[in-house]
Amino acid sequence: MIYLELIWAFMQIGLFSIGGGYAAMPLIQHQAIDVHSWLTMTEFADIMTISEMTPGPIAINSATFVGIQVAGIPGALAATFGCILPSCFIVTFLAFIYYRSRGMSSIQGILNGIRPAVIAMIASAAFSLITMAFYGTRYIPADILDIDVIAVLLFLVSVVVLRKWKINPIAVMAGCGLLGLVLYLLFP
Amino acid sequence: MKDRIRKYLTLFSSVFMISAFTFGGGFVIVPLMKRKFVDELGWIDNEEMLDLTAIAQSSPGAIAVNASILIGYKTLGIPGAAVAILGTIIPPFVIISVISAFYAAFRDNRIISLIMTGMLAGVAAVVTDVVISMAGTLVRDRNIISITVMILAFIALRLFSVNIIILIVLAGLIGYIRQRAGR
Repeated sequence: MIYLELIWAFMQIGLFSIGGGYAAMPLIQHQAIDVHSWLTMTEFADIMTISEMTPGPIAINSATFVGIQVAGIPGALAATFGCILPSCFIVTFLAFIYYRSRGMSSIQGILNGIRPAVIAMIASAAFSLITMAFYGTRYIPADILDIDVIAVLLFLVSVVVLRKWKINPIAVMAGCGLLGLVLYLLFP
Repeated sequence: MKDRIRKYLTLFSSVFMISAFTFGGGFVIVPLMKRKFVDELGWIDNEEMLDLTAIAQSSPGAIAVNASILIGYKTLGIPGAAVAILGTIIPPFVIISVISAFYAAFRDNRIISLIMTGMLAGVAAVVTDVVISMAGTLVRDRNIISITVMILAFIALRLFSVNIIILIVLAGLIGYIRQRAGR
């Protein structure tokens, strides 16, 4: 039964990918190429590219894509369902525990300790995004001057706008997309 | 009753919009959620958002889905979590379903790739803005140990690619010891 196979495969991906998209990639590859041969390596690379280009978590995107390739829209539903099922139970349970126990002083201490580390994680993600935007890679390249000037401009203007006027971030991102299109076409 | 229904609708439309625009992985969704649920709606406070981020990050599954479950659960209990999940997965589901029909054309389209390149700079700016706000709060509190933990954690992540779960456990341990020591 193909739907059950999809649910089961993506349940494993959902259960074992801790830490988001980049952790999920090898698991998706394993299930969709090695175990089930639902995809070729080229199709897998395409899915990863499209996942990066479109909104949404990589695991959900690839579940939808693989599901459709294998068994149409019902297949996509089955794969997506399988993918989120572990999260539903585990995270709801953790939410329950968190709201029950966060008043306790020892839990308070632990949470206070974790918060600066979380800020560091988000800062690290910001750093990767900045180098992606400026250089097209996740790390600073050797030639630091080989930079995308338009991206730097869009970035600086956006930060100023966000800091100064508290504009809706979605509007800022969409604006950057359109302004970027115009600028890249004018100054290729 | 009417207020409750309105709250469900706000929750759904908020996570739907955020999910429809989260390019670039789980850590982009957290700043967007912070702007929406902490700054704009005031449903969640600053520290709580950081706690929920730590839970979403260290639980299995997509960070965006996990964060939605947590926010839905906090605002409207288990039904809220269900509504938030739906709002989060519908946009990527629809977008990928449409794209999969003609994905080669999409992948090679120059206009789309230029828009995406521009948007990436905007996404980087949104995340940077939230980092400035969060780190700013920490610096204003003049809490030397917290600031040190933040800087060391950043170095550990960037230079040594330390596993995030290990980092969270260590930071939690430091917090526990500080609490015990009474500082």
